[in-house]
Amino acid sequence: MKRICQRPESLTDVQMHYCPGCTHGIIHRLVAEALDELGIREDAIGIASVGCSVFAYNYFNCDMQQAAHGRAPAVATGIKRVLPDRVVFTYQGDGDLASIGVAEIVHAAARGESITVIFVNNAIYGMTSGQMAPTTLLGQKTTTTPRGRTVQDNGYPIRMSELLATLDGTAYIERVSTHDPRHVLQAGRAIKKAFAAQLHGKGFALVEVLSTCSVNWGMSPQEALDWLRDNMVPYYPLGVYKDASVKEGEAHD
Amino acid sequence: MAKVLMKGNEALAEAAIRAGCRAFYGYPITPQNEVPNYMARHLPERGGVYLQAESEVAAINMVYGAAGAGVRVMTSSSSPGLSLKMEGISYIAAAELPCVIVNVMRCGPGLGGIHPSQGDYFQAVKGGGHGDYRLLVLAPGSVQEMADLTFEAFDLADKWRNPVMILADGLLGQMMEPVEFGDKEPQVVEKPWATTGARGRKPNIINTLDIVPESLEKRNYALAEKYGRMGEAETRWQEYKTADADLIVTAYGTSARVARSAVDMARKEGLRVGLIRPISLWPFPQAPFALLADGLRQFLVVEMSMGQMVEDVRLAVNGRGSVHFYNRLGGMVPTPRDVLAEIRKVLGGGGGQ
Amino acid sequence: MTEIIIAGFGGQGVLVMGQLLAYAGMLEGREVSWYPSYGPEQRGGTCNCSVVISHEEIGSPIVSEPDAAIIMNRPSLDRFEPTLKTGGILVYNSTLVDRKPERTDLQVIAIPANALADELGSSRVANMVALGAFLRASEVVSPESIAKSLENVLSTRHHHLIPLNMQALERGRAYQY
Repeated sequence: MKRICQRPESLTDVQMHYCPGCTHGIIHRLVAEALDELGIREDAIGIASVGCSVFAYNYFNCDMQQAAHGRAPAVATGIKRVLPDRVVFTYQGDGDLASIGVAEIVHAAARGESITVIFVNNAIYGMTSGQMAPTTLLGQKTTTTPRGRTVQDNGYPIRMSELLATLDGTAYIERVSTHDPRHVLQAGRAIKKAFAAQLHGKGFALVEVLSTCSVNWGMSPQEALDWLRDNMVPYYPLGVYKDASVKEGEAHD
Repeated sequence: MAKVLMKGNEALAEAAIRAGCRAFYGYPITPQNEVPNYMARHLPERGGVYLQAESEVAAINMVYGAAGAGVRVMTSSSSPGLSLKMEGISYIAAAELPCVIVNVMRCGPGLGGIHPSQGDYFQAVKGGGHGDYRLLVLAPGSVQEMADLTFEAFDLADKWRNPVMILADGLLGQMMEPVEFGDKEPQVVEKPWATTGARGRKPNIINTLDIVPESLEKRNYALAEKYGRMGEAETRWQEYKTADADLIVTAYGTSARVARSAVDMARKEGLRVGLIRPISLWPFPQAPFALLADGLRQFLVVEMSMGQMVEDVRLAVNGRGSVHFYNRLGGMVPTPRDVLAEIRKVLGGGGGQ
Repeated sequence: MTEIIIAGFGGQGVLVMGQLLAYAGMLEGREVSWYPSYGPEQRGGTCNCSVVISHEEIGSPIVSEPDAAIIMNRPSLDRFEPTLKTGGILVYNSTLVDRKPERTDLQVIAIPANALADELGSSRVANMVALGAFLRASEVVSPESIAKSLENVLSTRHHHLIPLNMQALERGRAYQY
């Protein structure tokens, strides 16, 4: 019998803890497929951050370090500088990367650290029960914005991809989404490209993956995917924000 | 090798490089700046990595990463910077990663001042960061010891898989003294647990999270057991003229230099005074106090703090002798004459607090 | 044990003078220490260092009652004159210090360090002129040891200035006060 689909080698056989409808599982798989396809699993060192993806060290079948909240880019820097021929990536949520860890991500990007950052933006703090995130949309209800986020109280959501793309140290930045299969495939291509950028020494690469949190958003998984498409995508436009000539061919060698 | 005249901070940095330190991550703060400056100048040309981090917070997390990747790594800062590093230090201790952390203490609290102080004793030896953990804390008393203890710190860190702190102060960092670097070779330690890429082996994981209480308790007990063994093996101190002493002065680092001069001055006056200088602050050297506290002797602790190590001395003396305290604060360094006056007062006046 | 204070404006080379004395003491097999005032006060303001040269282990490297002081400017004279031990040596730069020391229990040496240095072509070696005058009065270390120390204390890019520094040291030693 011909096998047409299987678990990527870069994922472990551990059952994930994510909620029903959560897109973390899909994004994990996309990262694992990229590691497999580029043949870099044994060279990879991943950094799990704090938030829902904190247990990522149990799911990726490669060397992993778990970092303090927001500090993954610093931990990754520490590793990459002493092991420059290895492939170092972080997997961070929006609270981790865009709130408590802003200094670390901005400076890792400004230095052009040769690391790959997977930034999962679901506009909420999932792990701690649905508080406002730096990327929570205006009007969006969370446990700490029960009447909806207002400019007056909380200011504006941060567009990290656009912000980081202004820095000269960044080589590749793309925002993708997971709200339907076509966009998931595009997300996979972007993630692979972000690893290829590191392999080719282009510098700092980041993929922002728009993601859902159906449980904390109070929606069914399908409603959540639709809400992402209808509300998040307009505020966080998809596309390539920086591409320092990572050629299509380079992503496939 | 001949002696050279060096600043304490520079001697420390040179010793670290000789000990095989291959990465330094730091952030500027006075009075430790000569450490990163020296590292920036010399580490890259001797096969290492120097990087100025965006903050002390980032620096200690870079140390976490590099230590987890298996290389000898160091960071250095001064008091306010150490407060920022505390989060990372707790993680490093929890993950049992070897590294060397330098605190060239300045005076506080708050931004305080840039002059020497010993106000971070509690922070260094009683925790500082959250949770239950211990650092091995070594307190040099001279430029030579800035070099020697730093060299040794890297071996100890690897031996115990534990962060080691060098607790110096602005005076020891800024002063110059002759120093000799031996030709000792650093130990080479295998680190099969390091995250270097899972080439032909199962993945390694560096992690401090364990949300199952039964499991985390086991881990905590294992740490406690390690700290117990460290406590037995790594205690160090120096005694000076204690055998016949009626009064034992106790001080570490800069205070101990001053106290030793005061002891000599007192001896010239016929006063029988000695000195215990703790070199390891954690583990604290209980043994010499247990031996010397016979109910007849008195103790005088000299610190550049409001009274921190004195608490450990009281515990070690355990009621078998009065424990007196003398201090200077705010960056003021006691003079031998100050301490001598205090010695006279104690020996003339009898009963302590 | 000899305890020395060297003080002046930042940029007058007082830290280097102290390092030369400490280095020379070390070359002569003595225990030595050098400790600077550090921080913002050393930039633009007054600057000083403590040097201890001893046959015994040195306790505090901070000198509060010096046996000798080399004073390069007026604020430093005001600050350190009262701290000298009775019978101590006070060398002061009479080009820049516009008053005479008040104490009568000291061995006072007035040396026009900047004027003599200017005669040699560079006011930057005024520190060496003053150091020379001090060495004649104190003999705590030999001029030969100071000469040997120069190449260790001065950074390599200043090594071409060693002959000028030596000239200045000799000019200070030879000055009749």
